[in-house]
Amino acid sequence: MSLEVPDTTETDEVPERTPDELAALLGDLVIDRDDHLNAPGFVIRPDAVQETLSRLKQEAGYDHLSLVTAQEYENRYESIYHLKKFDDPTQEVSVVVPADKDRPVSESGEAVFRTADWHEREAYDLIGIEYDDHPDLRRILLPETWQGHPLSMDYDKDRPQIATLPEHANPLADHHRDAESDTMFLNIGPHHPATHGVLHLKTILDGEQVIDVEPDIGYLHRCEEQMAQSGTYRHQIMPYPDRWDYISAGLLNEWAYARAAEDLADIDVPEYAQVIRTMGAEMCRIAAHMLALATFALDVNGDFTATFMYAINDRERVQDLLEDLTGQRLMFNYFRLGGVVWDLPEPREEFFSKTRDFLDQLPGSVEEYHDLVTANEIFQMRTIDTGILPPAVAKDYGATGPVARGSGIDYDLRRDDPYGYYDELDWDVVTEDGCDNYSRLLVRMREVEESAKIIEQCVDLLEDWPEDERTIQANVPRTLRPDDDTEIYRAVEAAKGELGIYMRADGTDKPARFKIRSPCFSNLQTLPEMANGEYIPDVIAALGSLDIVLGEVDR
Amino acid sequence: MSSDQPFITDESRVVTQTRDSRMEGQGDRFNSRLREAFGSSPFILTKFDKFLNWCRGSSMFMLQFGIACCSIEMMHTYAVKHDLDRFGSGVPRASPRQADVMIVPGTIVSKFAPRMKRVYDQMPEPKFVVGMGSCTISGGPFQEGYNVIKGAEEVIPIDIHVPGCPPRPEALVYGVVKLQERIANGEAAPVTVKPYELEEFSDLERDELVETLADQIDEDELVMRYNFADSP
Repeated sequence: MSLEVPDTTETDEVPERTPDELAALLGDLVIDRDDHLNAPGFVIRPDAVQETLSRLKQEAGYDHLSLVTAQEYENRYESIYHLKKFDDPTQEVSVVVPADKDRPVSESGEAVFRTADWHEREAYDLIGIEYDDHPDLRRILLPETWQGHPLSMDYDKDRPQIATLPEHANPLADHHRDAESDTMFLNIGPHHPATHGVLHLKTILDGEQVIDVEPDIGYLHRCEEQMAQSGTYRHQIMPYPDRWDYISAGLLNEWAYARAAEDLADIDVPEYAQVIRTMGAEMCRIAAHMLALATFALDVNGDFTATFMYAINDRERVQDLLEDLTGQRLMFNYFRLGGVVWDLPEPREEFFSKTRDFLDQLPGSVEEYHDLVTANEIFQMRTIDTGILPPAVAKDYGATGPVARGSGIDYDLRRDDPYGYYDELDWDVVTEDGCDNYSRLLVRMREVEESAKIIEQCVDLLEDWPEDERTIQANVPRTLRPDDDTEIYRAVEAAKGELGIYMRADGTDKPARFKIRSPCFSNLQTLPEMANGEYIPDVIAALGSLDIVLGEVDR
Repeated sequence: MSSDQPFITDESRVVTQTRDSRMEGQGDRFNSRLREAFGSSPFILTKFDKFLNWCRGSSMFMLQFGIACCSIEMMHTYAVKHDLDRFGSGVPRASPRQADVMIVPGTIVSKFAPRMKRVYDQMPEPKFVVGMGSCTISGGPFQEGYNVIKGAEEVIPIDIHVPGCPPRPEALVYGVVKLQERIANGEAAPVTVKPYELEEFSDLERDELVETLADQIDEDELVMRYNFADSP
C-alpha cells in the first residue's frame, strides 16, 4: 500500500474508542486513571489483569501487547501493559497494574497474550514483581542463582554473585511416542556459529526431529536499561542505542530514543534534519538486511560461502556512505535530540554522487542475490514451507518487522504511525503471505529495494534544499528536565521490527525508568512455535530467518 | 621474515627478473624468499623452538567466536575488503578443539563468563587470545553494569588488547599481526591476576551467599563466583 493513500482510510476501518468509552467498557475493574503522553492509562486491580486485557482485546480490538514495563516507586510496584492495534498502532492504551510494596504480586496476562510470558519473566527477574498464574516464572536474563533484583531500589550492585555451569539433564528423558522412539537432549550454543551470537537453545530431539526447543537468553545482558537510567537525556544516552541492535542498525535505534525523548520534552525537529535522518536510517536498514541475508545463507548453505562475501561487499559500500555521513563505521552516535550532529559531508556533490552510484548498482546486486539464493532449488527446498508462523500466532507473540510481514501482517510503523519524513515519500510496505522461512527472507530483500527508493528521494530533496534553510538542529536547552511524573511510550520501525522506548521522567535530567521494547525479544519467543516438529536443520533455518541480534534480545 | 627488497612496480624489471630466475632453475624460483633470508646455504641452522614459533605465528586458526558488537567488525575483518587471510590467520574454526587463537569480541557478562572459560579450556595448547574492544579491557561503556565482568582478563589470560568501540577492522588486523610477531618471538602469554575460576561448588569458601545457595546448587556443580566489590 502506498503512502499516498491518506491515513483516513485506515481510521475508517478501525473505529477508535474514546477514553471514556474504554472506561465504560472496563467498568469497575478500573480504580484510577494514569494517562501517559501517548495513551490513556487505566489503573486496575492487581487481580483483574486477565479480565481487563481480554476485554480490551476481544471487545475493543487492542490485539497487540507491545510491551510490559515494570518499575518500583517509593510506595508501590507497578506493571504497565502497553496495548496497541495491529491495524492502527496510533490507537494505544496503557493498563497500569499497581502491586503491594511489601509483597509485589499481580495477576499474569499470559493467558490473554502469549507474549506476556517472557515480558513478565523479565519483570520478575529485574524488578522482582511476581505474577500469579504465570506458567513458568523463572529468571530469564540473569543466572538462576542470582541474588536480588537489580533494577529494584534497594539493590546492592557490589554484592558477590555466583553463576553456575550446569550439566543439563533431559527433561523429556522418559518421553516415548512409541516403542521405537527415544529422545536426546542437545545443547545448541551459547557458543555456536548458527546462533548469531550468544544464544543457547535447549533442544530435545527424537531422531532428527525436534520435539521441544527452548531459547535460553541472557548471555549478553549488559544492563542497557540501567545504563540509560544513569545517563542524562541530552547527551549521555544517545551512544547506547547504537549498541542494542549492533548490526549497523545504529541510526534506526537512535531514532527510537530520539523520538521518545523529543516527544517527552516537546522538541520539534527541523524538516531538513528529518530528511537526513530518514536517509541515514534507510541506509542502516539496507546494511542490516544485507547481514541478515549473509548470515542466513551461512546458516542454510554452510561455511563462509559466496553469498556471505557478496552481501558483506554490499554492506561495506553502505558502511562507507554511513562513515562519510557520520564519521563512524558502526556506532554512529549521529542523532541529537532536535536533529543530527552535523550536516552532510563536504563536498556535498561527491557524497550525492557516491550515494547515487551505490543506488545504481543495487538492483544488479539484488538480481545477483536472487540468482544465488532465492532461485536456488536446494535453498528453496530448505526454506519453503519450513518454519511456519501463522499470522494469528505471530500477533499473539507480538512479532513485528519482517517476521510479521513475512506472515502477511501488514504492519509497518513508518507508514502506520508516521514519523520523520516517511509520510512525504513514495514507497510501499512489503508483505509476503508464505509465513515460512523463505517469505521472511524475501521480505527483507524486497525491503532493501524499498529503502533504496526512499534514499533516492531523500537525495533528490537534499540536493535541491536551499542553502540558507539547512537547519540541522533545533534549539534545545543544554540540560533537559521533563516535567515530573510524565510517562511516554514511543516506537519506531527498526530493522527487526517495532523498537519502542518507555520513559518516565521524575523532574531531574535523567529518566527515572527507561524501558526498551526490543523487537527481537518478542520475535525470538516465536521460535518454539516454528521449530517444534521440524527437522533440526529447519530449526537453524528458522532461527536464521528470525534475524535476531542478541544485543537487543538481552539488552 | 621481512625483506629489504621493496615491492617492484616496474614491469620491465619484473619480467627480466622472472626470466633470470627461471634460467637459474626451479629451486631458486620456489625458494627465493626463504633463500634470501637464509643465505646461499641449503641448510638452516636455528633453534627448534624458534622455528616452531615462526610456524605457529605464520599459520593461525581462529576460533569463530561471536559475542557482541565487535563480532560484526570481526566478520568484516574475515570477509572481503579486509581479508584477514592475507596474514595467514583467516581460517575461522567453529570448534575450539581445532583453534589456536580466540578473538574475544564483546562484553562478558556473568552468565557467559563460565561458558567462555569452558570454551577457552577446550582449546589445545599453545593457545592465544586477542581481546577485541573496550569491553574486554575494562567492561567498556558497560563497566558500571551490575551484570558485566570488568574485562575478559578477569576470566582468561589475554595476549593482545585491541582498543576501540568497536575497533575498526584495520585495528584488529594490526592486533593480529602484532600477536603473530609476539608468537614468532616466543613471548609467553600473560597470566590473569586474581581471576574468576571455574570450580566445584563444594570448594567455595562457606559464607552467607554460599549458605543461601546450598540447597539450589549441587556439591559437584561447576560455578564461578564474582566478587564485584573487588573488581577494578
